Amino acid sequence: MTEYGTDVVGGVTPGKGGQVVDLPGRSVPVYDTMGQAVSETNADVTVIYVPARFAAAAIVEAADAFNEIKGEGLIVCITEGIPILDMIRCIAHISEMPGIRLIGPNCPGIITPGENGGCKVGIMPGYIHAKGRIGIISKSGTLTYEAVAQTMSVGEGQTTCIGIGGDPISGTGFIDCLAAFEEDPETEAVVMIGEIGGTAEEDAAAWAADNFSKPIVGFVAGATAPPGKRMGHAGAIISGGKGTAEEKFSAFEKAGIHIARDPSKIGEVLVSVLIEAGLREP
Amino acid sequence: MRIVERQTLSREGVNIHEYQGKALFREEGVAVQEGVHCTTVDQAMEAYDSLESKVVAVKSQIHAGGRGKGNLYCPDTGNLQMEGGVKIASSRDEVETYSKNILGNILVTKQSGPDGKMVNNLYIEAGCEIAHEYYLALLVDREKDAILVMASTEGGVDIEEVAETTPQAIHKAWTDSSGKLPMGADSAMADSLGLTGSSKDSFKEMLGRLVSMFVSRDCSMVEINPLVRTEDGAMIALDSKISFDDNASFRHPWRAEMRDMSEEEEVEIRANKSGLSYVKLDGNIGCLVNGAGLAMASMDVIKLYGGEPANFLDIGGGANKESITTAFGIILEDQNVEGILVNIFGGIIRCDMVARSIIDASREVGLSVPLVVRFSGTNHEEGRNVLEESSLEVTTVSTLADGAEAIVAATVGVDA
Repeated sequence: MTEYGTDVVGGVTPGKGGQVVDLPGRSVPVYDTMGQAVSETNADVTVIYVPARFAAAAIVEAADAFNEIKGEGLIVCITEGIPILDMIRCIAHISEMPGIRLIGPNCPGIITPGENGGCKVGIMPGYIHAKGRIGIISKSGTLTYEAVAQTMSVGEGQTTCIGIGGDPISGTGFIDCLAAFEEDPETEAVVMIGEIGGTAEEDAAAWAADNFSKPIVGFVAGATAPPGKRMGHAGAIISGGKGTAEEKFSAFEKAGIHIARDPSKIGEVLVSVLIEAGLREP
Repeated sequence: MRIVERQTLSREGVNIHEYQGKALFREEGVAVQEGVHCTTVDQAMEAYDSLESKVVAVKSQIHAGGRGKGNLYCPDTGNLQMEGGVKIASSRDEVETYSKNILGNILVTKQSGPDGKMVNNLYIEAGCEIAHEYYLALLVDREKDAILVMASTEGGVDIEEVAETTPQAIHKAWTDSSGKLPMGADSAMADSLGLTGSSKDSFKEMLGRLVSMFVSRDCSMVEINPLVRTEDGAMIALDSKISFDDNASFRHPWRAEMRDMSEEEEVEIRANKSGLSYVKLDGNIGCLVNGAGLAMASMDVIKLYGGEPANFLDIGGGANKESITTAFGIILEDQNVEGILVNIFGGIIRCDMVARSIIDASREVGLSVPLVVRFSGTNHEEGRNVLEESSLEVTTVSTLADGAEAIVAATVGVDA
């Protein structure tokens, strides 16, 4: 992250407070608690890699520290496999803190490419990105990278790419991200990557139809997944006529979202959408 | 309003049998009838004697729902053995006949898939005088970030049908930030089910116990269909369908004993042990991908290019030489596989590591089908060089589309 340009100011590992960690180009202190770390460094963001069984508690600790000390903060949780009820408790806790935002868990994180490097909070390969005008939101990890590669293949860079994670219970959702991209003057179009399971894509499509003014290109992974089978992500399950790729694609179309049924054609669809919107020369 | 079906069909959680669920209910103080778990016809008849109930239910124990309306088939001849996987018996002889027709036979239900499941376990349960059948379920509502309780007066039937035809007959309540139902929600739900007097009291008590059990045991679903009101006003859970959240298994060691391996795919268990997530499908193109979303997208693209994926396989973020070798072995066990597409978008995973693992794995498992490798992301050039400098016969590509096209072309060649 520091190599990419992220301003890492410290780390937290209980019991290792007082140590110093050497990162490329700098050395940063380690604290025992998030409270100490936020007080001492005035950090705005934390990224959590804590093992699954302790991760929800780590999110709560971070939320409390940000909330008490600064009244706001961004928490990015990469950890996969957090118990569902831990996350329900965790979301209930932070939902009472309006200044706290959680991205994830089970996600690659968030990246905002700059002219030279940028700000990366997560585990994505930074070098595949470039500063540009496309916002990317995705439930999946590596498929987010694929979407980035697709935009790059047609000469488009990104404003911000957000992996929201594929777990049944998570923080920031599609609608939160769309709302942020609507506000962001640098974002001119959005690529939205969904997955089978749940109704988040349908809800986002309905919201976008009324509230989102910029063009969206949408893809949903899992058209070939058989019903009732778990496809790796805890959330990626379809059954009984709700949460299928087909239903999500048609919800997208109904909302005026331009769909790419072939994920390897996301770039192509994006180009035609930009041309149609008068944002790119034919 | 199809959330029930979604959850019921899903394999998201760790499933247990009805008799195990009822043992948990008993421990938690949720009212159930007396019952005995059996694995032989003799045990079933002894159970009938011990229950001292003239009428008993003889119930097939498999993880799929729809047992009552399922059919039993002989595994050797494929002939229909008996209609209905749950039978009401009113004599010792009937218990014997039904048990013989169930144990060792294949039960096919709406939810079991066409191959059905061999029935090795039986539950003999005392009968009761039923005044009315209700439906009750607790599950995780991913849209509301809470536990959802659903109840209906239309119990004992296909709840999906109720949801479809008369959604107003399904009553719902959600837990609040304390993890409990809001004050009065249990009473309101009892009222909407038309329960009064002692029935209302026992429903409220049962609901409270179920919510705390859901939380303390990290369930992902508890479904009781039917929940019955007896002639004397008691509320009894006549069925139990429980799934646990596997992510929380570390804090529930007791679950290990409840796991019925015969209900799970052996190869999927083996894949899991190596940190792989594998699901067998019916096509001829094996896939090896990092990330669940990208793995599904790879399957989708193969299909769009005219091929059929043979499997879903996510090697996960912690893949190494051993797990990749295991992955190749598992893919090649499937006799239908005529070609393999490897699609890696390196992030934490380095493509050069995957490349070396592929070379080692192909030697170890004796790779005999066309192989197409797409590398992108972290160290993709190094990965490509490693493959190209090796003696391995492999087509390397840089995009997903090229990869799908190449593997479909290669496997069509095999067919011709």
